[in-house]
Amino acid sequence: MSDADEPLLRVEHLTTVFDLPGGPVPAVDDVSFEIRAGETLGLVGESGSGKSVTAVSIMRLVQPPGRIAGGRLLFKGRDLLTLDERAMRGVRGADISLIFQEPMTALNPVFTIGDQIAEALRVHGRASRSEASAKAVELLEAVQIPDAASRVRDYPHQLSGGMRQRVLIAIALACRPALVMADEPTTALDVTIQAQILDLLRDMKSQFHLSLLLITHDLGVIAETADRVAVMYAGRIVETGPVRAILQDPLHPYTRGLLASIPGGAPGRRLKAIEGSVPSLGALPPGCAFAPRCPDRFEPCATQPPPDVAVGPDHQTRCYLYDRVPLKSDARPTDAVR
Amino acid sequence: MPFVEVAHLVKHFVRGAGLFRAGTRLAAVDDVSFSIEEGETFGLVGESGSGKTTTGRCMLRLVEPTSGDVRFRGANVLEFSKRRLREARRQMQIVFQDPYSSLNPRMRARQIVEEPLLIHKLGDRTTRRTRVAELVELVGLNPAHLDRFPHEFSGGQRQRIGLARALALNPSFVILDEPVSALDVSVQAQVVNLLMDLQQQLKLTYLFIAHDLRLVQHICGRVAVMYLGKIVELGPAAAIFAAPQHPYTRALLSAIPVPDPDAPRHRVVLDPSSVNRGAALKEVAAGHWAAI
Repeated sequence: MSDADEPLLRVEHLTTVFDLPGGPVPAVDDVSFEIRAGETLGLVGESGSGKSVTAVSIMRLVQPPGRIAGGRLLFKGRDLLTLDERAMRGVRGADISLIFQEPMTALNPVFTIGDQIAEALRVHGRASRSEASAKAVELLEAVQIPDAASRVRDYPHQLSGGMRQRVLIAIALACRPALVMADEPTTALDVTIQAQILDLLRDMKSQFHLSLLLITHDLGVIAETADRVAVMYAGRIVETGPVRAILQDPLHPYTRGLLASIPGGAPGRRLKAIEGSVPSLGALPPGCAFAPRCPDRFEPCATQPPPDVAVGPDHQTRCYLYDRVPLKSDARPTDAVR
Repeated sequence: MPFVEVAHLVKHFVRGAGLFRAGTRLAAVDDVSFSIEEGETFGLVGESGSGKTTTGRCMLRLVEPTSGDVRFRGANVLEFSKRRLREARRQMQIVFQDPYSSLNPRMRARQIVEEPLLIHKLGDRTTRRTRVAELVELVGLNPAHLDRFPHEFSGGQRQRIGLARALALNPSFVILDEPVSALDVSVQAQVVNLLMDLQQQLKLTYLFIAHDLRLVQHICGRVAVMYLGKIVELGPAAAIFAAPQHPYTRALLSAIPVPDPDAPRHRVVLDPSSVNRGAALKEVAAGHWAAI
C-alpha cells in the first residue's frame, strides 16, 4: 500500500450514530472522502451537519451515546477502526492531531503553555524532560509567538484568544503529524486575528509538509485555504470537488443556495435565502435530506436518497438533478432536468 | 434635529477593585458621538472589546453610562426618571444576539410576545390576543405554534419570536445587536430579509451592531467603526468600504475572507503604533470622518 497515488487518509462509508432514547440518530451517515498528501480539504457545513463528529470519529474519540457504526478509516493504508485503544493512542497527536474550536477551553488553565507542549512531546516519547522545554520554545517560535523564550512560562489566561490558538497549533504540530484536523479554528476569533491564524496554518502546512482537514461553516475561509472541498448537510456529504469548482460553479442546490445567500451585490437588495430550516437529525426525510428546502426538488427526491454522481473532474454530488449526466465538466441542472 | 443623537458617551468599568484596592478603570466606551437619521440603518462595527455592544446598551440604559448624552427625538434619555424611561422604552427596543438564551425557556411563544403588552398595561385580553396574532404574522411564524416553548423552535424561528416581542409596543427605533450571527448560515439570509422588510413596512430606524462586515455593507446606509472604545471612522457605507481611511478600518476590511479563490488578497496588518489614539475625527470627504 505504498502506492504514491494512495491518499493519506481515505474515509469510506463512515457512519457514526448516537443512541438516543428515541432511537439511533445518524450524525454521520455513509460519509466517504479522501485527503491526499500535502492538500487542504475544507469540510463545510452548518451546526449539526456532522462535520465535527466526522473529525472526532477519525480520531476515534466519539463518546457514548455516540458510536462508530460502520465504515473504514484508511490512514496510510491501515484501517484505524481495527486498531486497539493502545495503538490508537499512538496515532493520536503523533500521526493525526485535532485542533479544537475553542481556544479558551482547550488548554488546561493550571499548567504553563510550555508544560502543555512538552507533555505532547513526552507522551509520544519524542523528547526527554530536558529536551522538551527547549523544543517547546522552538515550536512557539514556529507559530510566531513573539518572545517565545519567556512566553513559554505563561499560563493560558495570560494570552489573548489568537495567541491561545497559536499555542494549540503548536501542540498539534509538536509530534510532526502527517495530518492535522482543525475544527472551526477561527470561529471564536475576531476577523483580523482570524486572518493571521489562517495565514499561519498555511505557512505551517508547507513548513511541516502537512495535510490539513479544515472544518468551517465559512465559505470565505474555504476560499482562502482549501484545495478541495466537501460540503456536508444533515450528516451526509452532498458535494465534493476542487475549491474552484465548488465556489465558482457549485452544482448541488444546497451549495448553490449557501453561496447565493452570502451578502453581496447591490446594497439593500433582498438576499437569496434558502427557505426553511436545518432538519433535526432524528427526523430526516426518507429521501434527500435537503429535499424539503430544495427549490429544484422533483419526483424521486422525497422518497429515495440520491446516489453519488460524478459531475466533473474530481467533482461529485449527491443529487438527482445530475443522475443521468455523463461525466463531463460543463454539466448543468437544466441539461439534466429538461 | 437628528432622530437619535449620541454625544460624548463614556462608560467606564472598574476591574479588580477590592476593599483596599481602587482597581483599574477600563474605558469600554470612550467619548463616542454619532447621530442616526429617521428611517436609516446605521451600522456599528468593531471586534470584540471595541465597545459596540456596550454603546448600544448604554443608549437604552440597560447599562448606565458614566457620562455623555443620548438624545431620542431631542430628549435626553439619560436624564429620564424611571417612569419616563419606561415610557421611552416603548419607542426604543433591542433584539439580542443569542435567541437561545434571550428567551425565557419556561414561557410559551405567545406569552413571550405578549409580555411587553402586559408590562405596559396595554389593551385587554382580546386586543392583546389580536395584537399577538398580528405580530406573529408580521415576522412569519406559524400561529399554530404559539403554544410551544422556545426549545421547540429552530434558531431562526426563535429570532423571529424575539423580533415579534421587540415590535410588540410598536417602537420606532430598534437596536439589533448581532441579530443573525448565532444563526445557521443557511437561515441568516431569511432573517436579514425579514429585518429589511419590517423596516420598510413599519418605518423603523435601526442601529445595527455587527462584526460581519459583508452584511453591514449590504444593509447599512452609514457605518461607524469602533476600535478600543472609540469611533475611528464614520461615514456612508459605500465610501468606507471603497476607500477606508483609518489604518484599523483598512486592516479590518482586508481581513474579510471572500468566498472566491481567485479574489485578489492584499492583507493589511494593523501596526498598533500607527494608530494615533488621540486623533479627533476629521471630515475627509462629504460626511466621511476618520480619526487620522
